Formats: sequence, C-alpha cells, structure tokens
Amino acid sequence: MKSSVITFPGSNCDRDMDVALKKFGFKNKMVWHADAELPKSDLVVLPGGFSYGDYLRCGSMASKSKIMQSVINFANSGGMVMGICNGFQILVETGLVPGVLLRNKYLEFICKNVFVKINDKKNKYFKNVDNEVLEFHIAHNEGNYFCTNDQLKEIEDNNQIAINYCDESGKIEDQFNPNGSIKNIAGIFNKEKNVLGMMPHPERMIDTSLSGEDGSLFFKNLINNLK
Amino acid sequence: MIVNEQVAVDHGLKKDEYAKICELLKRTPNITELGIFSAMWNEHCSYKSSRLHLKKLPTKGKKVIQGPGENAGVIDIEDNDAIVFKIESHNHPSFIEPYQGAATGVGGIMRDVFTMGARPIANLNSIHFGSPQHKKTKNLLRGVVHGIGGYGNCMGVPTIAGQTSFDNSYNGNILVNAMTLGLVKKDKIFYSKAAGLNKPVIYVGSKTGRDGIHGASMASASFDEKIEEKKPTVQVGDPFTEKLLLEACLELMAGDSIIAIQDMGAAGLTSSSIEMASKGNLGIEINLNKVPCRETKMTPYEIMLSESQERMLIILENGKEEQAKKIFDKWNLDFAVIGKTTKSKKIELYFDEEKVADIPVNTLVENSPMYDRKWKKAKLPKKNKIKKENIKHLKIIDVLKKILANPNVCSKEWIWQQYDHTVMGDTIQKPGGDAGVVRVHGTDKAVAASVDSSAVYCWAHPLTGGKQVVCESFRNLISVGAKPIAITNCLNFGSPENEENMGEFVECVQGIGEASEYLKFPVVSGNVSFYNQTKDQGIKPTPAIGGVGLIKDYKNMITMDFKEVDNLVLVIGKTEGHIDQSLFARTVLDEKNGPPPEVNLFNEKNNGETLLKLIDNSLIKSAHDVSLGGIITAVAKMCIKGKKGINIKKPKYLINEIEYFFAEDQGRYIIEINKKDFKKVADILHKNAVHFDELGTINENELYINDKTKVTIDELSTSNKSWLTNYMSK
Repeated sequence: MKSSVITFPGSNCDRDMDVALKKFGFKNKMVWHADAELPKSDLVVLPGGFSYGDYLRCGSMASKSKIMQSVINFANSGGMVMGICNGFQILVETGLVPGVLLRNKYLEFICKNVFVKINDKKNKYFKNVDNEVLEFHIAHNEGNYFCTNDQLKEIEDNNQIAINYCDESGKIEDQFNPNGSIKNIAGIFNKEKNVLGMMPHPERMIDTSLSGEDGSLFFKNLINNLK
Repeated sequence: MIVNEQVAVDHGLKKDEYAKICELLKRTPNITELGIFSAMWNEHCSYKSSRLHLKKLPTKGKKVIQGPGENAGVIDIEDNDAIVFKIESHNHPSFIEPYQGAATGVGGIMRDVFTMGARPIANLNSIHFGSPQHKKTKNLLRGVVHGIGGYGNCMGVPTIAGQTSFDNSYNGNILVNAMTLGLVKKDKIFYSKAAGLNKPVIYVGSKTGRDGIHGASMASASFDEKIEEKKPTVQVGDPFTEKLLLEACLELMAGDSIIAIQDMGAAGLTSSSIEMASKGNLGIEINLNKVPCRETKMTPYEIMLSESQERMLIILENGKEEQAKKIFDKWNLDFAVIGKTTKSKKIELYFDEEKVADIPVNTLVENSPMYDRKWKKAKLPKKNKIKKENIKHLKIIDVLKKILANPNVCSKEWIWQQYDHTVMGDTIQKPGGDAGVVRVHGTDKAVAASVDSSAVYCWAHPLTGGKQVVCESFRNLISVGAKPIAITNCLNFGSPENEENMGEFVECVQGIGEASEYLKFPVVSGNVSFYNQTKDQGIKPTPAIGGVGLIKDYKNMITMDFKEVDNLVLVIGKTEGHIDQSLFARTVLDEKNGPPPEVNLFNEKNNGETLLKLIDNSLIKSAHDVSLGGIITAVAKMCIKGKKGINIKKPKYLINEIEYFFAEDQGRYIIEINKKDFKKVADILHKNAVHFDELGTINENELYINDKTKVTIDELSTSNKSWLTNYMSK
C-alpha cells in the first residue's frame, strides 16, 4: 500500500505519521506543499502542526497551497484522504468535509488521552475494528467542531459522524467533551466516506511505551481494509 | 546625538565604565558605538559580577564534549550521539508582558540549541510566581503558560517536565526559565568560532524591526514603578518563522558550507557578530544597509540593538552563498550577505557609505568590566525545637491533605496539559513524574531531564541550598532509572550590588560547585539573571538546576506510580527528623526560621548509586525521591499516580510520627519491590551500607497509618488535583 504525507512548512506531526504508516506496512512518501503533483497513492494524509503558522484561521492558507489542488482532485475522484488535527482543520477549510473548527471552549490548548466511540463502521477507516471505543490522544487549541443546524441534520442523515468523544465505556456526554464540539464530534467524513477529518492523533498511540496502543489497532485495520 | 557621560548613564553604564570606554577607544564613542558598548557591557551579556565566581564551577568530565562558553553545553550519550542542552532566563520581559516574554524565552533557548546543529527533542521550564493571593499572579501564570505553550507547541517540540512554585518574594519579579535538549551526531556539532579571512557573513531568518531594543539592558536593571513603560523592550515571538529557521538551518548544516553560526539572542546583531569575531580572533565588517529590515528608516543604532527574534548569523565558506540561499528561499526566509571577516580584529560598521562604528573587538569582550563585588557570608541559622503542644493536636491525614493541596506541591496538570508533551512520538515519561523522559529516536536509548530549585533552602542557607538543588536533580534522574551525566544552571538572584544578595549568589554557586564536583555531575552551560528585584526588594535566591541523564535501555525506565497490591514499600536513606524549613514547618507551624536540611554528599551519592544498582538488577517496580512534604507526601503521590493504597507502619525510631512523616532530610527515596525480592534488595542495600526502613505494603485503594487512621486515595487525589484548577477557574 502506498501512502503520501503532505509536509507544509509548519507541519510538525509529519514525521510521527511517517513512522506510524511505515510501522504498519505502508510505503510512505513525504510530499512537499509546493509540489503540484501527488505521487500515486492509496492514502493521502494531511498531518498535524501549524501548516503556515495559522495566524489566520487554522488551515485556511494551507487549503490554498499548490499541492492541495491535487489532493482535492484526488479526494473528489474517490481517493482516501485523512486529515489529522491541523489536517482536519485544512480539510474543513477546503470544504471537503462540512463544518468549522473553533477555538476550544475553555480557550486553552489541551494535550491528553481521550476516549472516542466509533459511530460508523461502514467505511474503509473503521471497518472491522473490533472495539467500539478507542483510546486516542488529542493535542490542539482549535478543535471545537461546529456547524449549522441544517448541516448537522445532513451529517446525521448521511451518517457522516466518524467518532465522538466519550468515556471509557462509550457514554457520550458533555463531561467527556474536551473542547466543546457540537454533539461531542471528534471526527467526520465527507458524504462518500473516503475523506476523514479528526482531531485525535492515532499516530501517537502506536506503542505501549507511549500514550497507548489503540492507534496500532487503527492503522493495522486501515491497511487491511485498503488491500 | 552628542555622546557624553549623561547619555552613557542613561544607557545603564556607570560613570567609570564610560571613562574606561573613552580611554580604550582613545576618543569619545559615537551613539552607535555607545549603544554597542552598553549592550556588551551590561550584566546580562558580560557577566561582569558573576564571571569571577562562575570560573570555580566544575565543567569537565568524561562525557562532556562542550562546557560553558558556547551557545549550549554538549554531552556524549554514546554511539556517536550527543545531547546539546541549556537553560536560560526570561524573567524581566515575562513580568512586563507574560505571553511574549515567556514565548520568546522558549524560542531563544531552542535557537541556542539548534544553532549547534541539534534538533530540539524536549523542552522544560521552571516558573516562579508571587503569592496566589497577589493580584497579578493569576494573569501572569496564565500568560506565561500560554506563551510557553504557544511557542513550543507550534515548534513541535514536546514540553516534558517542569517546575512551578509560588512565593511572596516573586510578587514583583516572576521567574521564567526555559530549558531545551537537542540531539546531534557527535561529528556534526556546529560552533560559533569564526575562522578564515574574507569569508562572507550571512544574515538569515526574520527581518529586523524595532522590537526589543535594549532588552538586555532592561534585563540588567531592577524594576521600579515605571516598568510598564518598558513594554516595547519585550520582543515579539513568531514560532512559525522559528520552525522554518530550524528546518532551513538543519538542512544547510547537513552539508559542509558553514564555518561558524551564532543565533541573535540578547543584544542581537551586536553580540552575535562580536562573539564570533572574538572567538575567532578576527575582525568583522558589516554593511548595515544590507540588513533586511521590517521597518523603514532604521538607524545603525537601532539595527545593531534590535532584539527581533528568529534570526541567525552565519559565516560561510566562500562560494557557497548560492547553494545556501536556495535552502533559505525554499523556506521563505530572508538571506543576505551583510559583510565579511577581516584581519583588523575590529568591528567595523558601514551605513550609507559612511563608517558608523569602529571598535576593537577585544575592548568589548576581554576588556569588559569584571567586578569582585563585596559580599556577605551567611550564618547557619540555629535549629528550632518543636514544641510538643504545637503538634500534639495535629492529625497526620489532615496535615497530609493540606500539604497535597499546597500550591507548591499540588498537581500541575492544569499547566502541562496546555503543553504538547507527546509530539515527536518519543515521550515515554510525561510531565508529573520525577523527570521527563524521551527516547533517542529510533534507538533503545532514552534521555531523562529534570529541572529543580529550592529557593527556601537557598534563602535559609545559600551554601547548603546550592548543594541541595544539585542533589535533588541527581535524585530525580535516578528515580526514573537514568544515570546522571551533567547539569545546566540558571542562577536567578537579586541585585549584585547588594552585599547580601551577592553573598547568596557566591555561596549558592559554591554549593552547586561542591555538589556537582562530588557527584561527578558537571555544569556544562548556564545563565545568570541578576536584578530580580523591585526597588530594594529582591527575590529569594533561586538557582534552577536542569539535569540530564541517560537510560541505556528505555524499557528499564522507572515511574513513580505504585504498581501492584502486596508489593513492599521501603524508604532508602535515613530519616533524622529535620523539620526546619520544611513545608510542614512553614505552612502548618508557620515557622519560617531555622536551617535547611543538611546535605551529606557521601550519602547522596551512595544512596543514589545503590538505587541504580537495584534498578539494573530489575528489582525496582516504582521509585520516587522524597522532597517537599517528606515521606508521607511522597508515598501519597505514588498512591495517587498508581491508584493504589498502602498500609504504613511507622518504623520504631526515636523521633515522633510528625517528624518521621514530614521531615525533609535529604538523600532519600521511596521504592516499591516485590516481596520475593526483599532479601536480594536488603542484601544489596546492606552491602553498600545504605540505611533503609520497611514502610509498608501496597493495598487496593486506602492509605492506612499504623492500622488506625485511614483515608481513601480518591480523597487524597482530589486534594492534590483540585487546587490549581479551582484557583485558575475562579
């Protein structure tokens, strides 16, 4: 399986993603933001970080960068595109997934483990994951997902919510919402479910010595689903 | 502008210093030259009050590749890997403008590290605030934490450990000390020594603006009621540009075109160019019209004294300019050839085709003032006798809960959750333990780092306090299973012109020196911050020690959380019952006098090294050093972290329960072992003449003392975790 990780000048989780993808068998290539062409890929990842500094709305400048036109075309033709954290913010800015990401409710950066409940398994990202609840890791300042009521209805009707913040047992309640996201949304798909944007970092959960191992589950499963 | 004595005094120079400048130049300096002298001769850059004493610190060792004098220290961690590290203060700017002050402190120290060719792999910080009741404290704390996070998070470097304290003496002068560790190949370390004639001098990074002019001079003076006016002297940080600068520099460093490189930190272009020339025994000629400027009509004076951030000065090999420029173009950074090296041994500046400065380099560096300031020796205070009637009504559990909720002991999760501590995918021990630990990427090795200070002990007796801080750093590294290698120090003191403050400095440095010599834990880098005072009120002496150690196989790392029910808990090291200056004495008895606990370097070394032996033999399940709040506080924290309880039986001792549980005697650790290993452990401890107590057995979720009193771990956890969150949300 071939993957590509896009490196924007301020990306800082690109190496971590490269390590994770390779660990689970992807042949990964790093792609520079100023390039025009995507290499042939089965999966394209927009990693976490601060793409162009994000002094403007997070991800807004990155969404207009040269490589993104190819990424958008790739996604529109059904290609698998996954945006993690800043990558999710970029996806939102391109319109590939609906909604916006606001500043966290308590106006503070949050770095910690969280639990997320898988809402939909009829897609290549979460199909065949045995667990209903995964322990992931978040590290962001702008992860407060928001959308209009109409958008929300559409997202729910199409079953586009990928994961919700919850507790260890899968209970989705306000107290387990770290950033104020509407409906505890931690990740969503586009309509066709080939594009996934999520705030949690599975690449930080690939080793028992790190924050945990549920990221390993995710990647192992992902590569199998793509085969 | 005509330069005279008054103008010099307004620049922070003393009258006799101005006379010396005129004598060295054999003429009156012009305003640009005066600005350069004032920047180079202030306390922050010249170390004029501290140099004499710093020379006495032990700085050499088998593992030391580079000691003080470079951008940062470098130590050997084997296999051609080296760690570059340093701590630096950003106290004055952080008080004036907490977000930018703290942010640029973090940015500055990371630049010091990657200037040497190392990729930063971990950040730490030591931050100190006034009383929680003081009206400024909350906003300062929030601003500083946001600033540290804002910069480090964007750079993608994990903040893995730190220390936060509150004390009245910081009401008017907070402390913000930032530390960075970087990883480099031993044969790819870059230095700041210029070499060769007619080599191009290159400016890279951000453009120069008017921010931070006289920042270093501001940091070399006390505060008065007009400090708000000094806001423009605080630099403004741009972590995104620094991230670009980091990547561009590392890309250039992969080749062989750099002769020397130096970041523009305090006193910007002035100190960077002069330091490179001085180390290389060369001259430097700069055309200031070539310096990329952000604002129009900047004068030579402003260009030379600006402290705009995210800039570097590089001396390249001839003919490599184009190749280097390509890299900086790729990262969208300015790149300008601004001058060349010369044999004149002078710093010569041109602007609009006119020579605007002409100063022999040695007058700025070697001939800078050095003072043997008067200082007062501190007396060891008399011990207090605890009166029985003052303690007999105390219930240990109540006192424990109070101590766990004390601002200086409570959980700092509210702070470190705002720092990205897991980016780079190698953080194997997060904040909240004895030391932060990161793996050396792609290897089995890991590096542990901790930052410590004990202002109260240093204040009570500077010599003992100085020793104690080094020992505490040593213990914190050992507690996670790391072999301590070297330290960096950030020496935060009041005014050197005050004999008592100067005495605190001299004796703390002596204490640090003695301990680091004995423990073979040399000082490889550091920074001095004087004038942490408002009017004539100085801070408590606060030397912060950043220690670094190596874990050869990261799988053998130790954490402090209790692991398993029925395991045994021992105390390593003897408890004498020293209560003076303990958190118990100060907060429960309200007794502020008396000597700090004695430091016995032999025991310190022996106990620590023996614990490392136990760890090497895989006999230790968890470990934690005993510090603030004594044995019971240490044990309670291990319970909270591990979500386990303990049945404690106080060993039969001459001292009473209060003394046993709350004393802050030094050189002690709490360890958890498996019952079946007891004999092995006891043998090793006996053989090495290490005293130990059997303290108790781990249970499910309650803390019992002598089978009588008990409390649930949940209750202790709540005491420990709620104070800071509640305080900040009010």
